[in-house]
Amino acid sequence: MVTTVISQSDRSKLPIIETQGLSIRFGRQVVLSDINLTIARGQTVAIIGESGCGKTMLLKSLVGLLPASQGSVRFDGCDLKTLSEHELTKLRKRFGFVFQNAALFDSMSIQQNIAFPLNQHGVPSGSTAQALIEQRLMEVGLPNNVLSKRPSQLSGGMRKRVGLARALILQPELLLYDEPTTGLDPIMSDVINELILRTQRRYSVTSIVVTHDMHSACKIADRVIMLYPYSRLLPGESQVLYDGPPEELEQSKDRRVRQFVRGEAGERLMELLSSSTSTSHVDETPHLHDTIARREAQ
Amino acid sequence: MPAKQCDVKFVANVKVGLSSKVSSSSPDTGPMERDMGTTPRTTRDSLWERLSGAFVKVASAWGSVVIQGINTLGDISLFTWRMLLWMVTAKPRSGTLMPNFYSVGVLSLPVVALTGTFIGMVLALQSYHQFKTMGLESKLGAVITMSLVRELGPVLAATMLAGRVGSAMAAVIGTMRVTEQIDALVAMGANPIHYLVVPRFLACVLLIPALTIMADFMGIVGGYFFSVIVFGIDHAAYLKNSRDFVGGFDFFTGIFKSVFFGAIIAIVSCYRGFHCQAGAEGVGRAATAAFVQSFVMILAVDIVLNMFLDGIYYSLWPTSGSKLL
Repeated sequence: MVTTVISQSDRSKLPIIETQGLSIRFGRQVVLSDINLTIARGQTVAIIGESGCGKTMLLKSLVGLLPASQGSVRFDGCDLKTLSEHELTKLRKRFGFVFQNAALFDSMSIQQNIAFPLNQHGVPSGSTAQALIEQRLMEVGLPNNVLSKRPSQLSGGMRKRVGLARALILQPELLLYDEPTTGLDPIMSDVINELILRTQRRYSVTSIVVTHDMHSACKIADRVIMLYPYSRLLPGESQVLYDGPPEELEQSKDRRVRQFVRGEAGERLMELLSSSTSTSHVDETPHLHDTIARREAQ
Repeated sequence: MPAKQCDVKFVANVKVGLSSKVSSSSPDTGPMERDMGTTPRTTRDSLWERLSGAFVKVASAWGSVVIQGINTLGDISLFTWRMLLWMVTAKPRSGTLMPNFYSVGVLSLPVVALTGTFIGMVLALQSYHQFKTMGLESKLGAVITMSLVRELGPVLAATMLAGRVGSAMAAVIGTMRVTEQIDALVAMGANPIHYLVVPRFLACVLLIPALTIMADFMGIVGGYFFSVIVFGIDHAAYLKNSRDFVGGFDFFTGIFKSVFFGAIIAIVSCYRGFHCQAGAEGVGRAATAAFVQSFVMILAVDIVLNMFLDGIYYSLWPTSGSKLL
């Protein structure tokens, strides 16, 4: 790997994530094909698309949680495939991932959950660590008495906020959110949106948000990317149907984009009803899950 | 590092390709054939063609089962190898060892003791009448103690551990897999094998000898109780025969085997947890598979180890035969 000395000002112009020809395939099943994206520092990008179009897999592959079948992903100029395990571990300090259901560790208290990245990266537990934890809690709007509770004792909204606090604890450069508002009531959804915006402003992080919620996407993002399921693409089309500012979504020339944004079932309902009468729908999830498990256990 | 990822990808792709072949009919057939679930049929298919078609399907189903089995074996070996590497190259995370030691060792102790007692009593009960007809009832002590120490103690302690601890490990890790907690571990820079599997492996391997000794001891107590107090065998003869016929090597055999059983339980259960399918049913299946597969492997390894240890014993002490008769 060639390392070049890059000055601080040059560094800020480099995109934080760059993918080239990224493809993810499980056996014969293609989920993502030839995705080329460049995400600049400081941007807030929303990735939208139907269920099953590969948004979450794209998100996970951007930070190396899922290895790509083909193509490359560069984080800050380094190709993820060429990094050793030690270097990957160091890299993971630089991003925070907020999972769909917060993915808090059930066997630990909230205090231990939030402190986990600190312990993992060698920050000794003590008053400074405690102060950090309490500050993050305050930033996400949770009281200190939450620290002694267990994840099962908290509501969904509180768990997501703890997940956000945990992702923020090491002050990462990049934040990834996997459907942060799914399953929350409208007010809590807006609270999360506000937190995302405030985090963005406070820490000048780059954020990538996978979401179904169009209102959320338009509120927080300055760039929207729409993905389409590979299996329903016309031959020769790119899987990225739209890549641009949220204001222009409604005026997109592609009818599928407009339908998605407006939430219209349209022909999709007919397609689904006619396909359910034949048995051409193969249940993908068990195989995918198995292979993901195998890959990630490495 | 890249080489390892390639290996895994290859294994993963082959496995998925095959499993999709087994579950739905061949992906190369069109939608209509898939509907009917059979190979394409013309209107005048001869009996021979139909038979050979059926034969091919059966053969390929068996073939893919064998290939899947070999894939899994390879995968588990890679998993074990990585775990052993992590075990020797990095300290286990503080706070992960003791809770596992407690749940595997301390919490299993009462139930292993109880199982051992019952087995000793059943053994005495069953053997007494056979031995009495041959006039050998005073040798009952030797038989019961020998069977417990060499075979029943280790295997039953391991079975109890597989059921209690193995299923729990598979379920816990499986649930963590399904709720993305393992992804969260990776995203925060921890290695899930180092964090989850190594402490459990150490707990099983280091504590199972103690559980085996407990099972042996309680079995001997149970057997003694039944033989001497219920059946009225002379207690001095019982104890003397036990002492004469059961040697140090027999104890060693039992403990040596139990260490391997512990390793099998930990590896198979954790592996099943990592490869858990989605949902509650997936977790249930992982827990069941963990127990069933570790139990079968324990029995298979038991035979192999017995032959191995007997070979060693008879090469070291060739003149000793069975001291029982």
